[in-house]
Amino acid sequence: MFGYYLDLALRSLRRSPGLTALMVLSIGVGVALAMTTWSLVHSLAGNPVPQKSTRLFVPTIDVWGPDARSKAGGNEPPSLLDYATAQALLRDGRATYQSATYWISPTVVPSTPGTHPFNASGFAVTGQFFPMLDVPFKYGSGWSDANEADRAQVVVISSELNDQVFGGGNSVGKSFAINGRDFRVVGVLANWNTQFAYYDVPAYGGYMVQPIGVFLPFTTAVAMRLPPDGSTGCFKEPAQPGFDGFMKSSCVWISYVAELDTPAAVQRYKEYLQNFASQRFAWPPNVRLRNLMGWLDYLQVLPSGVRMLPLAGVGLLIVCLVDTIGLMLARFLRRSGEIGVRRALGAPRRAIYAQFMTEGALIGVAGGIAGVCFTALGVWWLRVKLPESWTAMVPRMDASLLAITVAAAIVATLLAAVYPIWRAAHVQPAIQVKTH
Amino acid sequence: MILPPILAALRKHKAGAFLIGLQIALTLAIVCNLIAIIGPLAQLMQRPTGLAEHDLFLIEQRYVDAPAGHDPATLAKLDAMQLTDIAALRALPDVQDATPVTSLPLLRSGYSRGISTQPAQVHGTTQARIFHGDQQMLATLGLQRVAGRDFNATDVRHGANDDSIAAPTVMVTRALAERLFPHGDGLGKPIYFNGSSVPSTIVGIVARMLTDNPDGEKSLAWNAVLVPARIDAATTMYAVRAKPGRLQQAMQAAREALFKVDPMRVIQPGGRYEMQGIHSFAQIRTWGYLADRFIVQIMTTICVILLAVTAIGMAGLTSFWVGQRHKQIGIRRALGATRANILHYFQIENLVIAGGGCAVGVVLAIGINLALLKAFQMERMPVWYVIIGVLVILALGQLAVFVPARRASSVPPVVATRSV
Repeated sequence: MFGYYLDLALRSLRRSPGLTALMVLSIGVGVALAMTTWSLVHSLAGNPVPQKSTRLFVPTIDVWGPDARSKAGGNEPPSLLDYATAQALLRDGRATYQSATYWISPTVVPSTPGTHPFNASGFAVTGQFFPMLDVPFKYGSGWSDANEADRAQVVVISSELNDQVFGGGNSVGKSFAINGRDFRVVGVLANWNTQFAYYDVPAYGGYMVQPIGVFLPFTTAVAMRLPPDGSTGCFKEPAQPGFDGFMKSSCVWISYVAELDTPAAVQRYKEYLQNFASQRFAWPPNVRLRNLMGWLDYLQVLPSGVRMLPLAGVGLLIVCLVDTIGLMLARFLRRSGEIGVRRALGAPRRAIYAQFMTEGALIGVAGGIAGVCFTALGVWWLRVKLPESWTAMVPRMDASLLAITVAAAIVATLLAAVYPIWRAAHVQPAIQVKTH
Repeated sequence: MILPPILAALRKHKAGAFLIGLQIALTLAIVCNLIAIIGPLAQLMQRPTGLAEHDLFLIEQRYVDAPAGHDPATLAKLDAMQLTDIAALRALPDVQDATPVTSLPLLRSGYSRGISTQPAQVHGTTQARIFHGDQQMLATLGLQRVAGRDFNATDVRHGANDDSIAAPTVMVTRALAERLFPHGDGLGKPIYFNGSSVPSTIVGIVARMLTDNPDGEKSLAWNAVLVPARIDAATTMYAVRAKPGRLQQAMQAAREALFKVDPMRVIQPGGRYEMQGIHSFAQIRTWGYLADRFIVQIMTTICVILLAVTAIGMAGLTSFWVGQRHKQIGIRRALGATRANILHYFQIENLVIAGGGCAVGVVLAIGINLALLKAFQMERMPVWYVIIGVLVILALGQLAVFVPARRASSVPPVVATRSV
């Protein structure tokens, strides 16, 4: 029977190829735009460390006091910490792992004659940064707390910088000059730089992937007076000039991330922050401890126009679905006469359902294939169109996106076909037979 | 009267008419709201920066062997290095002018200061962005002076940072002057930075200069102060105006010239990735509006597809109905209806459906807008967007049904006499 229905469906589709193409295109385009916009925002604003994000927390502390309120906006503490506060939090070290982080851009002078010095942008972090964020290493590892305390001249480099300076290979133990000082390589990263710097968004900015060269110990970077390359904020201008004055001031420029593994630990850390702030500052403690995803949500790094894109995509899909329902209904009901004859000759309603479901499924399969093709096209278009600094995070047409697209196409076709099929099956045979 | 039979016929196609009406309503609502996002962004991107952007480029470089410290001798040394660079750039045959700067419009990095008209005022100051440069700043950037005088060489100071310079003379944009001095008498008056009690006198007013932050609060977009100063630091920036049409050559020559003066410096190779290095202002503009341009492009695409799907849907359904009513059309023709009558029938039918859809769509559009206002801090949609949206949809509907309706009008009356 199925073969017969398939034959009927193909005949019917061939009878009005224009209308068939319209329906298939409509489903395809709707699904593709919804999927493309969704996957873009999903990958730009998605979870950068799914395996760890529930255990990562960002503390913020009101280091400026109530006088700065109008400037800081509402009752929220500044998004970054000043040096003294970050250093005190690090010294107490109450979390499983913690890191103070700031964006640096030190200079590397290559030994090869004829080449120019270049900036090896990166971050000053603690040694705990690497295990905390599950940073993968190709060779070696991060540095120890002892290195950190000694302000050791050790460095973790990206594989790109490893290629550039050492020509690749295992460079652990080798040295090179950063800002005129000799640094020993302790680790070479595997290709890690596919996410935005979610650990330093307020200073570095969101949804941007730029080449990272080096990670230096926080204490070493500060001792070398490496200035922060990212945003800084001051309530009062530093009393003294230069990096020293900046460090001693209440200017904020340091991001802080802590790993807290249990709810009890989170609670203890909150209490610790409260005590810390009440002992340290003259004003009532005003602290926040946000989970990483809550923090990124609060910062709203993605422009609202981008966050709105999936809504527009889904809206378009709905319009395409309504369009398809209308077209399908028209074409099914046009065959009321045929349905009437079949029913009058004894075909049960079930048979009519089966026949039109076959036709609907055929359109769905074609629409799904069109949807997958258009989604692939859309994702490709994003890659071409988007700035390079985004493309590391832009979706690819991979297995999961393919599966979701196919699922979306099936659901879309079902939604589109239900009503027309129901109407077709409920055609009154008597009226149809009479009028013809 | 042609309406009653149309309505009676539509009652026979309730579901079809309802669906196409719904589609029109949704299309109108979504397109209006998308335009409400695209419109302001497009306006934002079209704002002039106040600069003569053509032939302008920016160099960001860092001295590797810069002396550290903030004592006068060190600062003098740093200043001398910067002056040497500027002189080398100005000497290039393809370069018309050059100035040291610390920021440019759209660059997304710079200094913000609270400006007041009273000394030592901490609260209620006006936020403004600071642009440093020397006596050639206006000429190099192509800023238009509307009052007062240009900076001269004696105005230009140098120091470790803005505060230590405490410039006695500044220029401001007209927007800032009018905000600080609503009576329009800002020229020659003192202003104060960040609650300082050291006056800076306004010696000139420029027509406009967009600040470095393109997403910043709109009311602050034109609040700029021009300070005649060079900042002594290891990292310096130079804005350079190439001779007309010699931009590429000047950019290339500038890199070589600076390395010739001092090879121990970093000038990043640049590229689309980073704003360090040497970039034309056109690239800075592209970079500044990156996300906005992308949003406008993709949302415009969605709008066009939406309208196309709906127009094609209307055309498809109408041509379907024309086919279905072939015989009825023949009968009407046989009974004396002209071809124009038939054409108008389908056109008015579409107008009725589209009109009904639009009526629902207007309500839906405003409802969605109100919901988005809260969720995305959007601006309220102007009513004329909706009116234009309705007109566009109605016109589109007429366009979509024209071909099938004309086909209907060409059905010969003889069809009526044929049996099926």
